[in-house]
This record gives sequence, structure tokens and C-alpha cells, in this order.
Amino acid sequence: MTDTAIKGVPAEDDPRHRVPLAKPGTTLTSITDIVAGIPERRATPKAWYVAFAIALTLLGTLGAMIAYLLFTGVGVWGNNNPVFWGWPIVNFVFWVGIGHAGTLISAILFLTRQNWRTGVNRFAEAMTIFAVACAAIFPGIHIGRVWLAFYLFPLPNQMQMWPNFRSPLLWDVFAVGTYATVSLLFWYMGMVPDLATLRDRSVHKVRRFAYGLLSLGWTGSGREWSRFEKAYLILAGLATPLVLSVHSVVSFDFAVSQLPGWHTTIFPPYFVAGAVFSGFAMVVSLMVPARQFFGLKDLITINHLEVMNKIILVTGTMVGYAYAMEFFIAWYSGNPYERFAFVNRAFGPYYWAYWTMVSCNVISPQIFWFKKARRSIPIMMVVAVFVNIGMWFERFVITVTSLSRDFLPSSWGYFRPTAIDMLTFAGSFGLFFTLFLLFCRFLPMVAMAEVRTMVPEGKPSHGHGHGGSHE
Amino acid sequence: MDLFHFPRWVNRIRLLLPPMFVMGGLYAVGLVNFGASPDSLVVGYAPKQPIPYSHRLHAGELGIDCRYCHQNVDKSAHASLPASATCMNCHTKIRSESPKLALLRETFAADQPIPWVKVHDLPDYVYFDHSAHVTKGIGCVECHGRVDQMEVVTVVKKLSMGWCLDCHRNPQPALRPVDQVTNMAWTPPEGGVDPALLRTVHPKTNCSTCHR
Repeated sequence: MTDTAIKGVPAEDDPRHRVPLAKPGTTLTSITDIVAGIPERRATPKAWYVAFAIALTLLGTLGAMIAYLLFTGVGVWGNNNPVFWGWPIVNFVFWVGIGHAGTLISAILFLTRQNWRTGVNRFAEAMTIFAVACAAIFPGIHIGRVWLAFYLFPLPNQMQMWPNFRSPLLWDVFAVGTYATVSLLFWYMGMVPDLATLRDRSVHKVRRFAYGLLSLGWTGSGREWSRFEKAYLILAGLATPLVLSVHSVVSFDFAVSQLPGWHTTIFPPYFVAGAVFSGFAMVVSLMVPARQFFGLKDLITINHLEVMNKIILVTGTMVGYAYAMEFFIAWYSGNPYERFAFVNRAFGPYYWAYWTMVSCNVISPQIFWFKKARRSIPIMMVVAVFVNIGMWFERFVITVTSLSRDFLPSSWGYFRPTAIDMLTFAGSFGLFFTLFLLFCRFLPMVAMAEVRTMVPEGKPSHGHGHGGSHE
Repeated sequence: MDLFHFPRWVNRIRLLLPPMFVMGGLYAVGLVNFGASPDSLVVGYAPKQPIPYSHRLHAGELGIDCRYCHQNVDKSAHASLPASATCMNCHTKIRSESPKLALLRETFAADQPIPWVKVHDLPDYVYFDHSAHVTKGIGCVECHGRVDQMEVVTVVKKLSMGWCLDCHRNPQPALRPVDQVTNMAWTPPEGGVDPALLRTVHPKTNCSTCHR
């Protein structure tokens, strides 16, 4: 710290020093007080109630729309011939994609020792699980006869009938199912020490019982920590391939079919990049208000947000590259149907969706080349929301433009969503925010145990008089 | 320590958990496997009929051919139930005053069908054609059992999709010469049926064979 500053380089950019991960002055106690203080607050803030009421209203809308669908049939949606996959599949891919930030932060960034993840991983993992829950609804209701949803699983039955094992739709069931399970385990297991902290601090009997039950009798002994760390590492190893596999399999839903515009080998990496892109955008757009509102600014600093904005820039540019490459290959292949599919995407009847997608996903994140923009709260909020919109439109463009232009011009059609489509999608946000608000109110939003290791007094080398410090 | 940890008695419950999971799993599998099986839900259905007609007497002891009453069985999808006139071919002379046959005489006089209760009832989304089976040498007994020994007609086979498929995939055990189709007591000769018979049937297993 005594080095002389390099001329023209601000202190926080000096590569010889790590950027502090928590605001300087944060101590072990203050971390616990900040994070555990949120669920311990006696009076729930009024704003929380307002947000929760809105979320519940939307959730109710979702329920009503699903009930209406069940009693009436899939004709209530805009799905038509030839656009058999309308908004439900668009929404499914949208929500699954959002879920990707969680595993990336918790698994890959853990294995690569990106310590800044500690501030945001709990939050991102929770968001993942809630997003996957929203995603799971759509294929379930899209099958039409919802009471037969168990047909999705290969269960022995009197009909001797199995799902088609060559169908990517079945692979989807396994991919998303595995993903949901591993994410949930990862999230919950990582939370056990923090739940024990909440248990130990809680005054109220019911709370103490609930947190006590959830923390599985955690005492924080050395042996428990050693096993915890090992289990966490194993789960991170298991979750890492999932970051890549889930959205690859989702992309197979399209790529394995032979429709021009879908049948491309670039889909798996392109989908994964897009998923991480949308996931980080969602994390940023939720985290900015949450850290402001719940006073987590000392733990989730502007540096954290800047790093995430860098990832948004990288993945956004990758997605832009994929868009360009799709066009190049369509031209290079010499296949007239493939060429038509892409020209039609950009200049056909859905041009508005295509250019919305390009402006939101490719152009808007480019502002993050500027450091000022990466560290500006209003700019990052606007970009994150744009990216969320753009990524929804990406799925819409892929699903609908290809389907609406069938091989036979006589069967071409135009897709129009109905009000039910829109309300169902809005309702899925209700489910997401209901779960999210409950999480903010009752669970530790930041991984206290992990962040504690990031402040000087939490480091193993912190002075116990063992001789020289390591730093 | 007044912190909440699990009380000591939880340890005993903890020991119970694995067996509970195993038993619960087995119970669920057993419940679905046996409880929801057609063996439990379909086999044994024997509704009360409006007239206490005995197949054992007519088809068994008297030896009336199935097709005397179910006359379209080899011509159409439906085996068809006899008009009351068919019954009256005999019952104007035999037991013409029996109180058990009061409903038969009433319906015959009113020119109305007898309200029989359907016993072997496939779902509406299944297309089944009797003639296709009967004219290719699938005996009545294969699906309906020994009706000639039944006082009240009872379902004896599963009538499930898997059961249909078992035969469609391997028809040989159910095949017999076409002239033996209604013979309830027929047994295959030593060495099995003529292999030439097998070449006359082409059971399909694609969806639209039965779901049209």
C-alpha cells in the first residue's frame, strides 16, 4: 500500500493491488449485522408490502390464465398453423436462459477462484432457481392436456408407451430437471452456515425453530467446515458442465429439427452465450435496486457491478457475432431456403422484432466499453433492462419467424399473440417476483460466510502473531 | 448452550428416515403398479344385465355358435348385439312364459332394443375392428375368455394398450385356423399351428393403427 502511485492511473486501477471486495472498513461483525439484519428486521418495510402485493396480483393472474387455459384449451393462445410454438416456448427459453447466471457465478467462477462472486452468488443462485421454476411452467401447460404432463417422463405404464428418446424435447426434461436439482442443492447447501447464523441470532421462537430446522444442526466446527468445503467443491464440479449443457440441449429443440433458420450447428454455443448474457442482465437489474433498498452497498460494491457489466459486454458481443455468423453461413451455404429464412428474419414481416433484438442485444451493451458507463447505476439499469427485452425478442425471432414461413408458401402464416398470451407471460413475472421478494425478506441475501473470508480480518493470514504476514 | 440445535430425540427419528424412505418408495411403486394396473381396475368387471342371460347355458351347454347372435362379428368393426327378434326365434316356443324373459317380450312387442350393459368397453379413442381379427384367425376366447363357461359375462383380460401390443408384436400364440375361431375349447395341435398361418397376418404397431 505504500507504493507510489503510477502516474495517470487512478489508485483503484493499479494492477499491483487487488480491488477490495467489500467496502474498506467492513468487518466480520458488520457483514453479519448488515446481511442478517435484513431478515431480522421487526417491521417489514412498507415498500416490500407494496411490491409483494403487485407480485401476488401478477401471480394470481398467472393462475387465472392457466385455469382459463385448462378449461378452454390451447386455442386461447395465438399459436396457429404453422406457428405451433408461440409464446409458451419463447417464454420457456427466456426463463431458462435467465437461470444461467446463477450456475456460472456459483460453479465456474468458484472453480476459477473469482473471489468477487462471493458478494453476488447467493442472489444469483436464488434468481436461477426462481427463473427455472417459471420456465418449468411453460412446457407443462404447452402440451395442451396438462393432466397428462407425466407423459414427459419415461414412466413404465400399461400402454407400454415411452417418450421418444431421440427427441430433444425429452432431453430437455432431463437437462432442465438436472439443472433445477443441482442448482437447488447448491443454493441450499451453501446457505446452511448462514442459516445457522440466523438461527443463533434469532430471538423469536418460531424463527429459531425454522432456521434451526433449515440449518440442519450446523455448529460450525472445523470438521463440519472441512466437509462443507469439500462438498461445495464437488457440487461446483458437477454444476460446471451444466452451465454449458442445459442451454445446449434447449438449443437442440430447434437445431435438431430441419427447419431453415433452426437447423444450424452454431446454436448450442450461441444459446449458451445468450443465456449467460440474459442471466447477468437479470442479476444486474435485480441487484441494483436490492442493494440500494436493503443497504447492501458495502458488500455488493460498484466493483461487483462493473465486473458483471464486463461479462454482459463480452457475452453480448458473442451473441452479436453469432447473429452475424448465422447470416454469413446462410449466404455461404448457397442453400436458397436458408438464405430466404435469414433475409426474411431481418426484412420480412417480423423485421421489427429482429431489429429490436439487434439494437437491444448487440448495440446497447457496447456502451460498456466505457468505464464511466460500466460504473454508472442509471446506465447499467437501462442496458440490463434492454438486454432482457432483447433476449426475449431473440427467442421470439428464432421461434416465430422460422415457423411462420413454412416450406410451402401456401401454408405461410402470421403469428399474433392474444391477451391471454401476454397476461400469462406477465403472470410468470409474478411468480418470479413473489419468490424473489420472499427470499429477500426471509433468507440471507449475501453469502455471509464467504464474504467474511474477503475482508482482511477474515483472511487466514490475519495477524495471530504467527510471524510474517503473507500480504 | 441455549442455541437451537436438534434435540437428542431427533437422533432416533434420523435412524427411522432411511427405512421410511425405502418403504415409502416401495409403497408408492406398489400402489401404482398394482393399484392402477388394469388387473385391478378392469379385470373382473361383471355388470348386472337387464335379463339374466346365461352364456354358459346357450353357448356352452346348447352349443349355439357365437355368430348366431353376434352376427356381424366377422363382417364389421362391431360384433353387434342381437335384436330381440333373434331371441324370439326360439323363445316364442321355449320358456315363452318365463318371468325372467318378461323384458324380452316387452321389448319385442314394442320393437325396442334390450338395454344390455356393455362389458368389454374400449375407450372411445381406440379403433378396434372385430372382423379384422376374427377373419385372420384370432379366436374369440383370446380376448373374451371362456364365455361358454360364464353365467355372467366377466372381463378376464386386461384390455390395456400394452396388452394389445403384446399380441400385435407377437401374434403367433393367439393364432388358430380361421374355421376354429369360435371354438372356445380349441387347443393348438402338437408342434403349434401351421406356420403358413403366420404369414397371413400383418399386425401393425404404429399409433394410427388404433388411434385414427
